[in-house]
Amino acid sequence: MSSSAKADSVLALHRFGMGPRPGSIAAVGTDPRGALIAELDRPLVLNAAATLPSSAKAYRTVADANARRTARAKQAQQQAKKQQVAATPTMSEDQTQGQVADKDAAEMAAKQAADAIPDPGRPIYLQEAKVRTEAALSADIGFAERLVWFWSNHFCVSANRIQSMSGAYEREAVRANALGRFVDLLLAVEGHPAMLVYLDNLGSMGANSTAGINRSSGLNENFAREIMELHTLGVRAGYTQDDVISFANVLTGWTLVPPGADPQHGGDFTFNPRLHEPGGQTVLGKRYEQEDAEQGRAVLRDLAAHPATATHVATKLARHFVADDPSPVLVEQMARTFRDTEGDLKQVAIAMVSSDEAWRGPPSKLKRPGEWVVGMVRATGITVVDPVRFTGGQELLGEALWRPSAPKGYPDDEPSWIDGVGRRLDVANNFAERITGMADPQVIIEDVFASEIAPEVKQAVSRAESRQQALALLFMSADFQRR
Amino acid sequence: MGVVNHLPTRRELLVGSGALFAWSQMPGIARAEGRDPRLLVIVLRGALDGLGAVAPVGDPDWISLRGDRALVLDGKPPALPLDAFFALNPAMPNLHRLYKSGKAAIVHATATPYRERSHFDGQDVLESGLVKPGMTSSGWLNRALLALESGGRVDPRGSRALGIGSVTPLVVRGSAPVMTWVPQRLLPASEDTQNRLLDLYQHTDPKLATVLQARMKLASLGGALGTGDPMSDDPTLAPPGIARVRAYFAEAAGTAARYLAKPDGPRVGAMGFVGWDTHIAEGAASGQLYNLLGALDGAFAAIESNMGEAWRETVVAVVTEFGRTARINGTQGTDHGTGTVAFLIGGGLTGGRVIADWPGLKPAQLFEDRDLKPTTDLRAVLKGLLRDHLRVEEKVLADAVFPGSADVRPMGGLVG
Repeated sequence: MSSSAKADSVLALHRFGMGPRPGSIAAVGTDPRGALIAELDRPLVLNAAATLPSSAKAYRTVADANARRTARAKQAQQQAKKQQVAATPTMSEDQTQGQVADKDAAEMAAKQAADAIPDPGRPIYLQEAKVRTEAALSADIGFAERLVWFWSNHFCVSANRIQSMSGAYEREAVRANALGRFVDLLLAVEGHPAMLVYLDNLGSMGANSTAGINRSSGLNENFAREIMELHTLGVRAGYTQDDVISFANVLTGWTLVPPGADPQHGGDFTFNPRLHEPGGQTVLGKRYEQEDAEQGRAVLRDLAAHPATATHVATKLARHFVADDPSPVLVEQMARTFRDTEGDLKQVAIAMVSSDEAWRGPPSKLKRPGEWVVGMVRATGITVVDPVRFTGGQELLGEALWRPSAPKGYPDDEPSWIDGVGRRLDVANNFAERITGMADPQVIIEDVFASEIAPEVKQAVSRAESRQQALALLFMSADFQRR
Repeated sequence: MGVVNHLPTRRELLVGSGALFAWSQMPGIARAEGRDPRLLVIVLRGALDGLGAVAPVGDPDWISLRGDRALVLDGKPPALPLDAFFALNPAMPNLHRLYKSGKAAIVHATATPYRERSHFDGQDVLESGLVKPGMTSSGWLNRALLALESGGRVDPRGSRALGIGSVTPLVVRGSAPVMTWVPQRLLPASEDTQNRLLDLYQHTDPKLATVLQARMKLASLGGALGTGDPMSDDPTLAPPGIARVRAYFAEAAGTAARYLAKPDGPRVGAMGFVGWDTHIAEGAASGQLYNLLGALDGAFAAIESNMGEAWRETVVAVVTEFGRTARINGTQGTDHGTGTVAFLIGGGLTGGRVIADWPGLKPAQLFEDRDLKPTTDLRAVLKGLLRDHLRVEEKVLADAVFPGSADVRPMGGLVG
């Protein structure tokens, strides 16, 4: 392989994949574009996914544990109160203080009893994180995995709200549709229980719905607004406050089966007509007269087909993969493909890597913490991770897995992340210390990277005072940080 | 329904919190006057419900607007009276005490020029200082610093911004260099490794070199600050209760104050707290908003005590991207709105008053018949603080710091 062909392979692995790992330059071969496209034809399945619970099952498991915890706490509290009554038969001057102390003791007993039942959401989250991360570590190139990560962040939920479902959400709604049509991806994520919980739609009800009249309760705009602003059209794409309210009315009734009510279907999506605002609604100038969840699906289909959505999605993809300020030519090529193929996401990805615009320029884009950490681990050939340590590291770098602080997801621009690079040194140093006995920096440079590393870095590595220091410098080099 | 209220993890708070940002030297003119002012900006991300924090209990339409979720003077617990018209959420006794001693002021019915309802655009406008979202890469605080520098009044060698957190907030981004302080949890790389990496970056990637250099400089400054590490407990625990949020707010704000108080430390800082997007079960004199306001009140106390002597010359401005709907929504919360409050505290403040041109709460008086109508431009408040506390020139404020704000006069008389 010529030197420039090797350079293209390394660029392909960094910019569109998960970074070079042992054997990956050979896997890319002499036709990086062809190799990237070929990877999209392989099925996007996860090893060991069969051992993971569905989102509804995970949700029920947590709900059951919560119910048991509440029951235990009540029992313990009653028990403690009985004992207190028995122990203090007469009233004293310290009556008030004594009562406060008794109350504290009863609450303490309740808390201890509740804590004895661990939260099953946490181990499910960790197992999901492990399976997902190991898929990224063992992929030949990792283009398809990167697309899953991208769409998962675009349609993010937060594990702070629904820890047990966050991994299953990604598998069921995102991974299953990441190489399909955008409209199917959109319908899957917006109808997924995790999203309905995250964006507050469970209790949203129309003012004139049966439940709305009975409870004089009402609408929550959050879900409708974020679908238009973040998921489809993009902010300032011409929709109005009235559109948000109408769409929120359309989406009333999109909820889930209460987990305690049904051992088979609790936690599944359901349309509850009692919450749904009756009648037609006008969204973006079009009238929707459908009676049930079809009304919402019809709006989603139109949002998916809206030209603003094509531009919004193409811009975000190009910004993520290629440059903070992607070339307008590239964005238009991708947006046109999106429009021409009715949102075929595989074709949009192919259009991106087929465009010369996507390969221009030096690797100047700063990797996000998650990409950088996976790239670092891949270079060593390690494919098995401890999810506690791994998710802890990502959290430390400001990109906690499935826990963005807002529905916008994690940002994709250098100014958001560059000041955290100093923090990466702590992680790189720590990782280098742990693997110093099993990873040789020279081997990584020559075999994994085919010597496509800046000469200054090679020199710094060769002059390092220890293997640990050499590895830390290598992982921190611009060759690892940028793509 | 089984909806869990959203409490951010500490790590998430850290991401949402941004920079404690400043230059190490004193502002030139203020120094010539024998002053050494400190300014800390706290951004509440998610949009604070101003009516839930500071209630217009004297407004005849208040009770009908919020019903049993209206803060009232004879509530349980009772709202804390500020004047004949306004009362404070009972979660904030520290703020109330500061207000009574003239060291806190509240601006009500205030907003940035932004009139839409996207958090992200709203924060863009709040932090960029521009009239519209989506067209800037720098924040007003950074440009204010730069303006002072370019006048040559401050030694540019000492000029550094300091950030807390892994993601730098827009308000402190810009050409004035940014330093990041992140609480240590892992063993840090050796000084030698840092020096070698810096040398490597200087030959290959100047931007990364700048960042690393700033961090190393800050580490040398922070050596004497003790090891108060808000991240020292296990970050992998399940989402925390409000007690951990309280601890984090107090610790993060307290750490910022310790830096600002140092004789050779930074003088201007900014940080953020997330979690204010109360769409569901917001509460009033108890519940979600009450808990968050209580955590913020604890942060105020931590700042006051950690500032020490420097408290006399300190101003803290607490701002949010916009307010929330005047009425309660269908899920016992509030949706995105417009007018809200800003809190100003500090020993340098001329406080003890609620500054408001009250718009009223009748349907026709609300903005678009849904939100508290903004009658005070938040930029007037910020410009007043920058002019009178830090001595940024009025023309610079109108042209560079808040471009296009010439007709928004700086609010006078905020600082003593």
